[in-house]
Amino acid sequence: MNAVGSSVPRKDGIGKATGAARYADDLVFPGMLHGRTIRSTVPRGRIESIRFDFDTTGFTIVDYRDVPAKNAVDLMSQDQPFLAEHEVKHMAEPILLIAHEDKEKLNAASVIIGYDEEEPLFDPEKSPLSFKDIDIVKGDTDHALEQADVVVEGVYRTGHQEHVYIEPNGVIAVPEEGGVAIYGSVQCPFYVIKALRCMLGSAHPNVRVIQTETGGGFGGKEEYPSMIAGHAVLLALKSGRPVKIIYDRAEDMVATTKRHPSIVRHRTGLTRDGKLVAMDIDVLLDGGAYVTLSPTVLSRGCIHAAGPYSCDNVHIRGRTVFTNTPPNGAFRGFGAPQTEFAVEVHMDRIAERLGMDPVELRRINALRPGDITATGQTLRSDASAHMVLEEAVRRTDFDRKRKEWKGTTKSIGLSLFYHGAGFTGAGERNLKSKARLELTPTGVRIAVGSTEIGQGTRTMHAQIVTDALGIPYESVEVAQPDTSRVADSGPTVASRTCMVVGKILEECAIEMRSKLGGLSPSEYYEKNGELSIERMYEPPDWIQWDDSTYRGDAYATYGWGCDVVELELDPDTFEVRPIKLTAVQEFGRPIHPALARGQIEGGTAQGLGYALLENVVMKNGAMANSQLTNYVIPTTLDMPELDVVMMENPYPGGPFGAKGLGELPMDGPAPAVVNAIRALGIDLREIPATPERLATAPAI
Amino acid sequence: MQFNLNGADVEVHSHPMSRLLDVLREELKLTGSKEGCGEGECGACTVLVDGEPVCSCLVPVAQVAGAQVVTIEGLGGDHPLQKLFMNEVGAQCGICTPGMIMAALTLPDNPTLDDVKTALAGNLCRCTGYSAIYRAVLKWKEAE
Repeated sequence: MNAVGSSVPRKDGIGKATGAARYADDLVFPGMLHGRTIRSTVPRGRIESIRFDFDTTGFTIVDYRDVPAKNAVDLMSQDQPFLAEHEVKHMAEPILLIAHEDKEKLNAASVIIGYDEEEPLFDPEKSPLSFKDIDIVKGDTDHALEQADVVVEGVYRTGHQEHVYIEPNGVIAVPEEGGVAIYGSVQCPFYVIKALRCMLGSAHPNVRVIQTETGGGFGGKEEYPSMIAGHAVLLALKSGRPVKIIYDRAEDMVATTKRHPSIVRHRTGLTRDGKLVAMDIDVLLDGGAYVTLSPTVLSRGCIHAAGPYSCDNVHIRGRTVFTNTPPNGAFRGFGAPQTEFAVEVHMDRIAERLGMDPVELRRINALRPGDITATGQTLRSDASAHMVLEEAVRRTDFDRKRKEWKGTTKSIGLSLFYHGAGFTGAGERNLKSKARLELTPTGVRIAVGSTEIGQGTRTMHAQIVTDALGIPYESVEVAQPDTSRVADSGPTVASRTCMVVGKILEECAIEMRSKLGGLSPSEYYEKNGELSIERMYEPPDWIQWDDSTYRGDAYATYGWGCDVVELELDPDTFEVRPIKLTAVQEFGRPIHPALARGQIEGGTAQGLGYALLENVVMKNGAMANSQLTNYVIPTTLDMPELDVVMMENPYPGGPFGAKGLGELPMDGPAPAVVNAIRALGIDLREIPATPERLATAPAI
Repeated sequence: MQFNLNGADVEVHSHPMSRLLDVLREELKLTGSKEGCGEGECGACTVLVDGEPVCSCLVPVAQVAGAQVVTIEGLGGDHPLQKLFMNEVGAQCGICTPGMIMAALTLPDNPTLDDVKTALAGNLCRCTGYSAIYRAVLKWKEAE
């Protein structure tokens, strides 16, 4: 039986269910200190004074002057300091680090910082500080808008969203012979290495990062762990002892990145019978105080902003701006959930204006193979918008329910969406990811930097190698990511771990199979000794992309989805109770059906939270509800019945036809929910759709 | 101070107001119970005290003097529900899993889906959307 396509046992073994799996906070090293971060308590200002209001004996204290080389987290830009020097740009910005072996003494220590406060800027629409602009032009949108029979305009807003991985951030820096090792809850160990090399310079060449079992990421452990690792390393170097920094929930929520709030403006021209002729779209993302990954979040958001629709004239302008709030960053979907929310709610508003059925409007305009996207990409046979739409409408009996529930408190709405897999444009070509397969006495070992953060990386990679190599699944082991001994397979982000890294592993396995010459791994090992195959990713040669004009093949392939939400509104309290969500999604082919289903169910839950519950309240530039008591994610009692349908349309460039899947399910729930609410006659254009918002929204 | 932990009597020396979670993790070195929020919202630290699920981050250790405490480690590794959590992919990242399993142990026989949802309403999972957890728990109860 093939491993690919069947739900084989997870490579995690039983450890997660017995409590034996070791997460960062479960590790203890001899002589270990606990570290704590002293943070700014004003959103903008200059540091005037620092006073230690405790007996500092026995404490290790670090400030910016302890940084050996460059005081900057090396990411897309080098603008964010590990420790503020003279000015602070947001609340909860790290200023000092203190460490002590006794956690109680550490937490009781009081540091008083005086500031010369400056006027903070919180409103992204008023920020003059754009640090990335994107302009995507197809056809002549202004002219087409003039000629259009109907023009529909609208503004759509989304708020921050907090990741709420159940394991808060945490790392441990451990001095070791000639260097330092970092153990931590991280998505991208090689990002951490890059940041540490920049911070440490040539005086400390030997750093390595070992990923511990990671209790969820969702993008939230993509870039921020570089900051925490830097802090732990600074304390470890100064004290000469292992230093553990574990954030509690409140610190994690106040200080670390969130999904970018967005404001998206649409101006759309159509013919009288519903054909899109012009889409003019303006995307604004609130970047927060530093660059982090915002330029690429904006990029993905803009590329997805016109939705899965065909239109000859499209103009998408995007910008991300600085504000004096904690920097926003990567979060599952990476800009697309924001812009696809806007376009999908806008599509239902267009249907209302035309007096047309929202399904029919989508049938007329949804992308088909051969159609050309906003960036000028001609879609191939693996485009499935119509397939998922028709299946979702049929399966949910959408038309009947829409008619029958009119005038009641029950409603049904849908969204059609897509998500590009892998890095944007030339990203994968520039990244040059590598993967390695090593022969062992009993089988093979996968040695990649891709991390298991719950999604099933180890299992899915092992399945691909199993079938490509033709050996038993049990004889494939997966190395714990340690940057000193695994290949840099690129970050575990962008729905690329299966499609891209899985593909390199498939090629490694094919090459190894031919080298084995018919011998089993153990026979070959006994006869010839070690064998290691390392290969680099080669994207399909047809991919053309021009980063200066934003023209070309934005992604090698896309996943496609249609979500249908059935819900009920309490007309007195304006509470919305989702009853059922049907998620019809096509992502090439599932390598492990149960894991794939888990991605869709989990991503859909996050999307429902984004739609209805998850409201980050910002006060004076900081999250005011930084607790799970008042920042509410879906519980068992909030979740509706989920009906997941996995459709297949293989992508020839992926391993066994697989595309990326991780982010796709995040794009659909919010617009489907708001479109169902619209069908109740409430003109809502913003999420989360809290009762307060519904109560004050105008009628349609 | 003494209590019964996973079937054996133990004596602990932590401060009586120490959180049970810290005593389990730090003094007794049982790290299977996890801290997700420290305020009784997420349920990752759920253990059984005299058969009742409690958030061990909210319980001063003095309160369990003489009580029977069961943690995830008390199940060994062969409990059918543990196996089903892995096989049904009720565990993704795994950080909520020990608490989720402890909470599920208190379900009555022949539970409905609504019973399962109610029993697990105090345990947050951010990975699965809960569906796979329901599948694992219901299969376990059906087989029992």
